[in-house]
Amino acid sequence: MTTPATKARPPVAKPPGSPGGPARRPVRRRRDRVATVVLHVLLVAGLLAMVGPFLWMLLSSFKSEAEIRLVPATWWPEQFTLANYRELFGRLDFPTYFFNSALVATLVTLGNLVFCSAVGYALTKLRFPGRRALFGLVLGSVMVPSMVTFVPLFVLIANLGLTNTYAALVLPFLAGALGAFLMRQFMFSIPDELVESARVDGASELRIFVRIVLPLCRPALAALGILTFLAHWNSFIWPLVVATTEDKYTLPVALALYSVGQNQIKFGLLLAGSVVVVLPVVIVFIVLQRHFVRGIATTGLK
Amino acid sequence: MTAVAPGARTRRGRSGPRLRRAAVGWGFALPFTALFVVFLAGPVLASLLMSFTDLRSADVRNPFAVNIVGLRNYVRLFEDELFVKAAVNTAIFVLLGVPLTMVAGLAAALGLNSGLTRLRTVFRVGYYLPVVTSIVAVAVVWRFLLQPDSGLVESLLRLVGLDGPNWLGRSDLALPSLIVMAAWRNLGYQMVIFLAGLQAIPQHLYEAARLDGASGWQQFRYVTLPSLRPTLLFVGVIATIGYLQFFEEPLVMTRGGPLNSTLSVSYHIYNQFGFGNYGYASAMSYLLFVAIVLLSILWFRLLRSSEEVSR
Repeated sequence: MTTPATKARPPVAKPPGSPGGPARRPVRRRRDRVATVVLHVLLVAGLLAMVGPFLWMLLSSFKSEAEIRLVPATWWPEQFTLANYRELFGRLDFPTYFFNSALVATLVTLGNLVFCSAVGYALTKLRFPGRRALFGLVLGSVMVPSMVTFVPLFVLIANLGLTNTYAALVLPFLAGALGAFLMRQFMFSIPDELVESARVDGASELRIFVRIVLPLCRPALAALGILTFLAHWNSFIWPLVVATTEDKYTLPVALALYSVGQNQIKFGLLLAGSVVVVLPVVIVFIVLQRHFVRGIATTGLK
Repeated sequence: MTAVAPGARTRRGRSGPRLRRAAVGWGFALPFTALFVVFLAGPVLASLLMSFTDLRSADVRNPFAVNIVGLRNYVRLFEDELFVKAAVNTAIFVLLGVPLTMVAGLAAALGLNSGLTRLRTVFRVGYYLPVVTSIVAVAVVWRFLLQPDSGLVESLLRLVGLDGPNWLGRSDLALPSLIVMAAWRNLGYQMVIFLAGLQAIPQHLYEAARLDGASGWQQFRYVTLPSLRPTLLFVGVIATIGYLQFFEEPLVMTRGGPLNSTLSVSYHIYNQFGFGNYGYASAMSYLLFVAIVLLSILWFRLLRSSEEVSR
């Protein structure tokens, strides 16, 4: 929040109302201050609207079922209780779902880091027949809606006998088009001379890739890694279809199945389950948000 | 299956013969390409072929022993009242949702970009939070917030003396509610892209405008908006592609109801898949694909012409 002392200074970045002619300055200045206050009020209101639901979710997950159902709804728990979490990790099998989610998201992320950076290297620093066609294929598939591949993928997985396995959850997503695109774009910024001189020194391509190019790609790898992990931690529709027994459920699948119909569990459990789904990514996001924002801003990848 | 192939034998790299260069290149590209062809490009093609057949779930073990039905699946689409309903719902979702999200995302970016420096990170993280959270968890919370009698939204409305309706239970309000929720969920992503776009606008443009006596609105209208056009169009493409596929929101919030008022095309495809009508589901998914490609081409046309204009 700006202090009153700074009001004489012209506004910093991109002022909506800026000093006009010298005669009208005092009026303008007061109007600026009003505008700044209004702006801050609006921004804070917006922030509450964005974060409020999560805050309520977190607070209410520590309430008893009766307290959650109170009308009108309350914010602060009258009595903190860990009962919901105890039941989630005791009676229900949330440890397994958590493990499944973590395993699937980690494997998919590692796969994308390895395969997408390797193909990015081939597409930018190596010349070989079919290179342009390969890039065309990758670029062309970015627009494909996920529903198009859904049915054939299911038929394929069923015929491979992989239904309800970790392989079914991981294999189809190891090599993403957006990841390849991101790595290719980034590797273009690495000067060819660097690679050439290493070749002259007799280094193998694998060595150049691992020792020279990959370390320089750290920002891109960080962005790709975080984004892929988040996307697959939250992934929901595909696991819902191919994970058919509880031991293969991921967190979102379990939460979805427990939140409606005959499997519906108590609301407090659902809220605690939501916290378990959301909290890890929020922590990852807050810790790594610099890489995150940079990755999104440069690639548009979600 | 890491790229081990281009090993020690290729020490001389580019100076080696053509064949060796091809081997090295494909050694790096092959693991990705193989996975990509099997799990993405192949299925895209298979889906097209399936859409001309009467493939059903019973044929899964023997997908090549099906009848070719030509364009019958595509003709059937237009006689399918549910599909028409889903297509209309999807169109409404895109036409209202994309502008709403873009206006909200741009407003948030402009707000954060004007003077707010110290707390910018807090705001950015907060506004981005819904983007990184699971839709299932979001649905759990929102269903509770929107509850007719006890929800938080209801109690907020009571504060100003209003009586909230049953948001998700009324067929005329369920879709608008989902649109607002989608905007809430996605505006943070757009905000980040808009912020990057805003920060790339050279300050001297604003200084020149101010010297000419331009008001705040005029600066926005004649400096910010034109400079931001490529960003706007990029965000527009991404949002359109995403919203055309909207599905998860109704799946977890309303199950497509009430009275199919929130059934989307992707949801209908998913249901047809569930009923075992694989050929029909594929045809529908291809129609969606075509719609996405056409709208993207439209956006890219706009993008190109706007770049020409701004130069």
